[in-house]
Formats: sequence, C-alpha cells, structure tokens
Amino acid sequence: MTMTRLAKILIANRGEIAVRIARTCRELGIGTVAVYSDADAEAPHVGACDEAVHLPGVAPGDTYLRQDLILDAAARTGADAIHPGYGFLSENAEFAAAVADADLTFIGPPPSAIASMGSKIEAKRIMKDAGVPILEGVEVGGLSDGELADAAAQVGYPILVKASAGGGGKGMRIVESADDLLDAVAAARREAAGAFGDDTVFLERYLERARHVEIQVVGDTHGNVVDLFERECSIQRRHQKIIEEAPSPAVDTDLREAMGKAAVDAAKAVGYEGAGTVEFMLAGREFFFLEMNTRLQVEHPVTELITGLDLVRIQILIAEGRELPRDVCDPTMRGHAVEARLYAEDPANDFLPVTGTLHHFRFPTHVRLDTGVTDGSEISVHYDPMLAKVIAFAPTREEAALALAQGLEEAEIYGPTTNRELLVRVLRSPEFLAGDTDTGFLDRMDVVALSAPLGEDPAIHAFAATLADQARRRSRAAVQGTIPSGWRNAASQFQVQNWATSAGELTIGYRFSRDGLIAELDGRPVEAVLHRALDDSVDLTVDGVRRRFSVFSMGDQVWVSSPLGHSSMTRLSRFPEPVIEEAPGSLLSPMPGKVVSINADVGSEVAAGKTIVVIEAMKMEHAVRSPVDGIVASIPVAVDQQVDADQVLAVVEATEGDGSE
Amino acid sequence: MPTLDGAVDAASDEFKANEAALLEQIAQVEKLQAEALAGGGEKYVARHRKRDKLLVRERLELLLDRDSAFLELSMLSAANTEFHTGASSVHGIGVVSGVECVISGHDPTVRGGSSNPYTLGKSLRAQDLAKENRLPLVNLVESGGADLPNQANVFVVGGKWFRNMTQLSKLRIPTVALVFGSSTAGGAYVPGMADYAVMVKERAKVFLGGPPLVKMATGEESTDEELGGAEMHSRVSGLSDYLARDELDAIRIGRQIMAHLNWRKLGYGPTEPADTPQFDPNEMLGLVPSDPKKPMDMRPIIARIADGSRFDEYKREYGTSLITGWASIHGYPVGIIANQQGVLFSEEAHKATEFIMLCNSYDQPIIFLHNVTGYMVGKQYEQRGIIKDGAKMINAVSNSTVPHIGVICGSSYGAGNYGMSGQSYNPRFLFMWPSARVSVMGGEQLAGVMSIINRAAAERRGEPFDEEHDAMVRQMIENQINQEEQAIYMTARNRDDGIIDPRDTRTVLGIALSAVHSNVVEGTTEWGIFRM
Repeated sequence: MTMTRLAKILIANRGEIAVRIARTCRELGIGTVAVYSDADAEAPHVGACDEAVHLPGVAPGDTYLRQDLILDAAARTGADAIHPGYGFLSENAEFAAAVADADLTFIGPPPSAIASMGSKIEAKRIMKDAGVPILEGVEVGGLSDGELADAAAQVGYPILVKASAGGGGKGMRIVESADDLLDAVAAARREAAGAFGDDTVFLERYLERARHVEIQVVGDTHGNVVDLFERECSIQRRHQKIIEEAPSPAVDTDLREAMGKAAVDAAKAVGYEGAGTVEFMLAGREFFFLEMNTRLQVEHPVTELITGLDLVRIQILIAEGRELPRDVCDPTMRGHAVEARLYAEDPANDFLPVTGTLHHFRFPTHVRLDTGVTDGSEISVHYDPMLAKVIAFAPTREEAALALAQGLEEAEIYGPTTNRELLVRVLRSPEFLAGDTDTGFLDRMDVVALSAPLGEDPAIHAFAATLADQARRRSRAAVQGTIPSGWRNAASQFQVQNWATSAGELTIGYRFSRDGLIAELDGRPVEAVLHRALDDSVDLTVDGVRRRFSVFSMGDQVWVSSPLGHSSMTRLSRFPEPVIEEAPGSLLSPMPGKVVSINADVGSEVAAGKTIVVIEAMKMEHAVRSPVDGIVASIPVAVDQQVDADQVLAVVEATEGDGSE
Repeated sequence: MPTLDGAVDAASDEFKANEAALLEQIAQVEKLQAEALAGGGEKYVARHRKRDKLLVRERLELLLDRDSAFLELSMLSAANTEFHTGASSVHGIGVVSGVECVISGHDPTVRGGSSNPYTLGKSLRAQDLAKENRLPLVNLVESGGADLPNQANVFVVGGKWFRNMTQLSKLRIPTVALVFGSSTAGGAYVPGMADYAVMVKERAKVFLGGPPLVKMATGEESTDEELGGAEMHSRVSGLSDYLARDELDAIRIGRQIMAHLNWRKLGYGPTEPADTPQFDPNEMLGLVPSDPKKPMDMRPIIARIADGSRFDEYKREYGTSLITGWASIHGYPVGIIANQQGVLFSEEAHKATEFIMLCNSYDQPIIFLHNVTGYMVGKQYEQRGIIKDGAKMINAVSNSTVPHIGVICGSSYGAGNYGMSGQSYNPRFLFMWPSARVSVMGGEQLAGVMSIINRAAAERRGEPFDEEHDAMVRQMIENQINQEEQAIYMTARNRDDGIIDPRDTRTVLGIALSAVHSNVVEGTTEWGIFRM
C-alpha cells in the first residue's frame, strides 16, 4: 500500500467525538470538514472544524446516516478522507466501500473486517476458528417454541438473549428461567427489528458477576497488530457503559498478556487495520470473546491517558499507510485513568433521557473534558443525551476515581437533570474503590439514593445570589451608578429578596452600612463580610468562613455553586401577581349589550380561542372566547338577552392537568 | 490635576476630642431620626398593620429600584416642637424604574397623616425640588388633610401646593399620585391635580365632602364608596387612571408609569472619573473643631469629598480666607467655594465673584462649604469698600444660574450666609452638618453688641448702668441665640434640606448633583450692576 498524506478530513459525525477528532487533525495540520443537521446548526462541532456542510433535516436517517450526502459533502469540500467517529456510519461496511469507491480514504478498517465483525454470530465463528475463547450461543431464527426451549436448556440458565446486529444494549434480555424465555425472545426480536432492521437474536450463557473488559488494538497496513492494554467498563446502566477505566483492577500482568494475545489474534483473524476494540466478558480469570468494535470506542480516552498516546493520531497514521510508530508498538502504562459519561437523564426515573437547554456548563481544569455541548446547547430528543465524557488520570486507581468524583461534583451544570450525582456517589463508594465491579454493579445499588441531590446550603446560596443580583443591578444602574448600594441616610429596613429554593421559600434581608454588610437569612442574623460581588461571582464570608460562589442567572432561574454544593432557585418578585377574584374560567361581558349567539353547548369540550358567546353592542359584534382548553361548565345567558358589562356569560373549566406550561 | 494632601494625625488629642464632640452631636441627630422612623409609635403602627396596610417607608422602599439610594430630606422637620419629628411625612430623592424623582408621602400613623405647618413646608419644598431640578414627583397619598386645629397656619399658604402641581405639569414634569387611603377635601386635589392617579381598590377614598358633609349641604344620602371609592373613580368619574387591586399593585403600577415616561435627563454629567477620594471619609469627624472659635481647615475636607482628592485651586495665594477651585464629585464637574478663615475681606469677595462668573461661563455647578462669620468690619475695611465688594459677591450669587448646593459645616453668620448662597438664595440643595450654626451673628457677639448699645443708651440718659441686670440679659440672649442657631433648631423649621452625617457628604453631594443634572445645567453671562 502506498503512503499518502491526508490534507483534509471530513468528520462524518457530531457531538463530542467530532470535536475530539477535529482537535487532533488541527494538531497534525490537517484541514477539517464538519457535517451538521438542522438541529446542530450552532453545535460546537461545527465551529471546531474549518468548513462545514449542512445536511438538511434532523433525524439521523435524513442526515448523519445519509451516505450520499456525506460523500457529496466530501466532494464539495475537496476532503480526501472520511473519519466516521463512532455510531452512525462507523461500522457500516457498505459505506466504507463507497468511500473507497469515491477515491477517498476511510479512516477505519477494511470493509471486509467490518462485515465480519458486524454479525455477532459470524464474528464468534471466526473467533472460535482463531482459537479465541467464546461463549457458545444458539441462533434462534426459525426455531419452534419447543426447539427454542431445548436450545436454551443446552446453553444453560441464566441466559442472555442478544440481537445479532447492533449493540448498545438494544434487544438484550436476561432470562433467569424457562418461564420467561418466550416473552423475552419475542421482545428482543421486536426491539432488534426496530433498532437495526434485523430481528435475528441468539442465546448465550449469561455469566454472573462478570466484568466487561475490553482490549484496545491497533493494526497498520503492514501487518503489525498490537494491543494497548485493557479497559474495564463494568459499571453499566441498562447495558450501557457509564464508568470506564484503564487498567482493570481485575487484570494482572499474566491475564493482561493472555487477553492481549487473544485480542491481537482476533484482529489478525479478520485482517484488521486501524483502531478496534475486542470486548470480553471476564469471570474470575476466565474470559470469553463478546464482540469486536471496528471503530474508535467512546471510552478510548482512558487508554490515551494511561499510555500517553493519541488514538485518533494513530488512526490517521494508519490510514495514511504508515507503520505503527515505535511508542505504539511498545506501549507503557503510566498510571490509572477513569472516565465517566455524563448524561442528561434522570437515574431516579429509570434513567429516562431529559431534554432542555443546557444554560451553563463548566468543569474544573484538573479533569479532561470531551464534550460536544456548550453554554446554551439544546439537549434534544434527536440524538444521544450524553453531555460529556469526563476523564481523570492519576498515579493510582483510587486517586483517579476521587479526582474524577471531585471534578464532577464541582462542575457547574445548569440545565437538564443529569446522572452527575449517581456518578459521584458510585466513584466514591467503597465497592467501587475496592475494585469490586461487575456488570451487575448498579443493579445491586439503590439508584434512587445514589442520584439524590448532593449537599447544598440553600440559605447561604440564596444570600450569595442576592448579593450577585445586587451587584448586577448596581453595575447596570442608569443613574447614580457610583453611589453605594442601597445607600440610606437613615435606614429603616433591609433590602429584601425572596427565593423559592429546595428548602422552600427563603427571605434574604440585607443592607450596607458604614461598617459593612448587615444581613438576615430568613430572619436569622448572620455575621457576613462581602469581599467582592460581581454579577456572576461572590466572595463572601458567612459566620467566619470565606467562600467563593459562582452565580448564574437565566430569567428568574438562578444557579449557585460553591464548596457547599449546587443550588437551583427561583427569584420571586416583589410584586406577586394579585389574586384573581373571579371564579376561574368565568367569561365576562366586555360591555353592556345583547347576546346574539351562543356557539357552544354546556358540557362540551372547547379549545382555547373558541368563541363561546357573541355580544352585540353599539352595532358591533364582540366574540367572547375561551381562554383555555376546557369544558363548558355553564352558560347562564340566553340568545337575545340583554347583559351588563362584567356579567358572567359562561364558565369554562380548564381541562385537568392541561393548565401547566 | 493636582491632588490635595488630606493627611491628618488621627491619633492626636485634638482629633480625638473633635471626633468625640461630633459623634455626640451625630448621636443627638440619630435619636431624632429614630423618632421620625418610628412614625406614630407602636400603637398606631400596629393599628395600621392590622388593617393590612404598609407603612409609608415600606411603600417607599418597594417603589424604589432595588439597591438604589434614597436621600431622605428634611427628616427632622418639626423636631422638638409641638408636632411629631418628621412632620408626619417623608420626602426625598430616589430612583424609580431608572428615573430619579422626588418621592413624597404621608405617614398615616402620625395623626392620620394630616398636614401641619411643618408638613406643608416640607411638601412645598418637595415641589420646589421637583420644579427646580426637573424631577418627576411621586406622591404616596394617605392623609386626613389639614391638621384642622392648625388650619389657620395651613389653609392660605397651602393653596400654593395646588398651583405648583399645575405648573409642574405645564413644565412637563410628571406628577403621580398613588392613593392608598383617605385623600379627602383639599387632599382630593392630590390625585385631582396629578398627571397620573392610581387608586387602591376598597382603600382609596377621594371626595370633596364625605357623607356627613353632603347630608348637611344637600340632604343627600350617600356612602364613601359612592362618593369617592377607587372603583367609582376608575369606572365612573375617571379621576383614577389605574385601578390597583391592592397596595403592592399600586406600587407596581407606579413603577410602570415611571418606566414608560420615556424620561431623559437634560444635564450633561457625569463626565469625569468617579474614583473615590484618597483619604478615609470617616476622618471627617476629627476635622471639625469642637470649639467654633477655632478655624476649620477645609482642604482635608475637600480631599475627602472630591473624586480622587483632585482639586484645581483657583487664586490660592489671593484672598486666602476663602478657597475656590474645581473638582469633580461622583464624576460631576463642580466649582467649590469654601470658607477657610471665617471672615470675608474685599479680596475674598472679589475672588468669589470672579469664580462664580467663571463657573457660570462653563456651566459648572457650585458647591458652597460654609464656615463664615461675615464680612469684615472696621474703619479700614469700610473705607476700602467692603460693602461694595460684599455686594458684588451677593450680586454674583444671586444671579448665578448654575445649580448651587450648600453644606453648612460650621458657622454661617450674617451677610456671609447670603454671600455663600444661604437658603434665601435658592440653592438647589442645602444641607447642614450637626456642627452647623446659623444666625445673624454668634450668641456671644450678639449679646455683647446689645450690652454696648444698652450701656450707651444709659449713658445718654445719664442713668446708672445696672451691671447685674446687664450680665443676666447678656446670658439670656446668648443662651437663646446659642439654641436657635443650632442645626437641629434650624432644620426643624425647614431652614435646610436636612442634617447629614459629615462622613456621608460625598455620597449626598453625588446624589444631589445627579438630581440637578435632571435639568439643564447652564450658567449665565447676565448680572446686575457690579459696584466698582
């Protein structure tokens, strides 16, 4: 194979991985092209690349999965290579072939290797032939119920039902006994069909207390294949990894050597070129081939941190036809790295994804942050809700885990609910720190308790937020901007701000005297010294302890972070809306007049804006409309009846639960 | 610009004695301020709250922009008189929806918020401040009207208040009335003459005559609500422009009105950096001699008022008992005239006249720092024309059109008070330090003069002079003058805009300067005849 120098790479992906690939390209002096859907028009990955091409639409099928559009984008921009990232088209052999046909370089393995590993059953067969240990599985296509039960008995319970195509936990079921087998297989098929368009599923032995350990391999076009040690990814929720680390606490040098050899054999068996990952289940010292991912893995940064290598760089070097550099062929482990995947999801609510605006997103600098979102990003239903990968590196596993927990705890994440609390608590748990991890780890934990809010002090945080508000108002004062805050020649009372916090409504009273700040938190006098207040940060001593508070405000929603934790609170107005006195839903006549028509029946459902009654006054007709979706409760007037101003014409009761906004 | 050296020896005995004396005077002022803040006392405050009403200062605080300043004026009006300290009202300069305005409110816990002669004096002054400085006027209304037993001292003069309201309106200075309660008879004209009237539902009561008076006059039976309820005025008479659901709603509407005025200040400032002085303002306390006979060094005082302590002194070596020069305060350029030695000679009068003319030429407001005992007397000075020179200075002060802001730091005696733009010269603002003394001359001098005149009269009549009686009369006069010249006595009689803590001088002047810049700040070149 000839050696080419890549000049411009199109990154056929989005989010953090696109940003991460662009970074290495920049470091190598290679131009970059982004592609983006409608929803990603303002996404960071677009800005991270030199050029960008729009893929009209939002759904992946219309955008990031459209091979034709991506090849067209490459042609349009003169890109000479395509990096598929992970997901989307990364493990699509047809696409890899199409890229080659277009005389472009595909940064990944040859199409044949992708195809071989794409089918789990096919992959296992190849592995078995190559002498790599596998768990025997049974494909269940075309079996009758009875045959299925027999096959299952042969594999032995508990059994894992898996989709043949795809991954990511979709179409996976654990079956404890024969009673649940048929339902589980049917469900797995449905899911597999929905997710991958292929309902082939198979059964295999389910290993209890097994760890997920995978080996990073890289192979060049000159026949060199080496392993870059293992990663353990046992902490999973719904079969998706959330905490990954390298090296594994369960792997010693001998085992590492054995697994590494198996992985290299596996890669060689399919003529692997590029970066790939061979996944194993590890139970005790027994390991079994699971699957091979023929692409860059989400959790690749932990390998990068322990080896000091840049895997994207290595991918590009291989794609350019170069031999693996010496440091790759002879890798060393420098320490321990732990990665956490931060998701916009609600662990306490069955890990359901959460959407919304991420208003503010800040991490301390001692952790590596691979992210594709930024302040103001919309977390939508269209794509994966992963906000970032956060990775810590330290000489020892415990130090790395605690550094990562600290980084996550300090992070300012103002917007959708995330799994941050869960991650922090898992990383600090004695079980995790003891290395006692397996894929059932989270199933044994109380997820609701793990995801409870971390500590905070709503009163002190409300106090800090009040002082930041104060600073903002003073700095923006249209007049008397240099006069001391809230100055009075004879003070009669505090400045008052009310907040709705996690601890209920709180009242902060404060004023600045000649001798400094005087304040009350919910009526409790506190000793306070204000060192500095800006609209987004406050340096404040309360009761003898000085802390820095960071404050972020979006409308009346305010977030405060400090060593005391994170708080979200709502600023309450000095002028609460006056209580509406009319019975809710009463429609009043706007003026004296005559009822000319009644356009709804009592008991009927009406939409907001629907005309209920029409009044004629001074030769003009006035439609009286329902302000809400609801049900007409009464119409106490009749056609031709004279009515006074403010007379009740109709009552509409808002539909239950529909009044929320 | 040069910087003043304001360093003082804060550890000296003299400094400490001065500080102690002034703190004692400040404590007396604060005691009276507390009386004003307490309103009508616990019983009436409790009754007011029981009716679910806000106190006047609570209404005021809610009306103001959060964290903005409020400079309460004439707070000790009526102190130590038959009336309550504060004269049952509150007024001052505050910021509402970004608009600087005069806010004036009745304190309904003090005799129902009724107006006595002191209250009227304050109300008229509030209108003056609004008119002279082009500041919108917001009235927080809840008053029983004139204090009837004192109607003779209120009724005729009070008419001016109505006239002022229409004049403000004509000058396109908005007036707003937020009516929280009773506002009847003459008081009905408060919303009646305001540009904007807001009435609180079921609380505002605005009519010329209540049910008993109507019954007396015409025999008609009526109710409060029919005669002057907020709903009636909002739906029927149209006297109310906004019907507020409750007090908070009225205040919210008041803020909304101010927000929509499309208000623009006409002054040019601030134009200079507003950095803080280089010296501690708390040291002001030691700079005021406890003995009025000792001179007050004004340079360290200016060094604690001026931005960055910068001061460009004009004619430093000429007429040295008066200091003139330019500085800025909270970014507003000003000329400063300060008495350094008390007495004014011809040179000082010349210097002041020229300086006032210069400030007018370049549209600079003038700050007067009083510590003046008068123009020099004596053969030599009369013969050199001290009267003509004093007249020049008074001519300049009288016809100057740039805003004058006075601070009476120590004495302000005799024609010196006039030359320094005393109250009769319509300064935009006039403040006193607790150490101020204002009269035609010091008590001892006045008593001594009286004694000499009496002795001469006795001699002319050939009668023996009763030394014992003379000593007694002298003491009486001295005591009387010493009491009447005190800051608290003068401020109680509305002879200024209020006593301020010397440490607050820079802040107070900053607010006052910002307020005067609501109007055009423009000097003149037109003067009366200067007697040469």
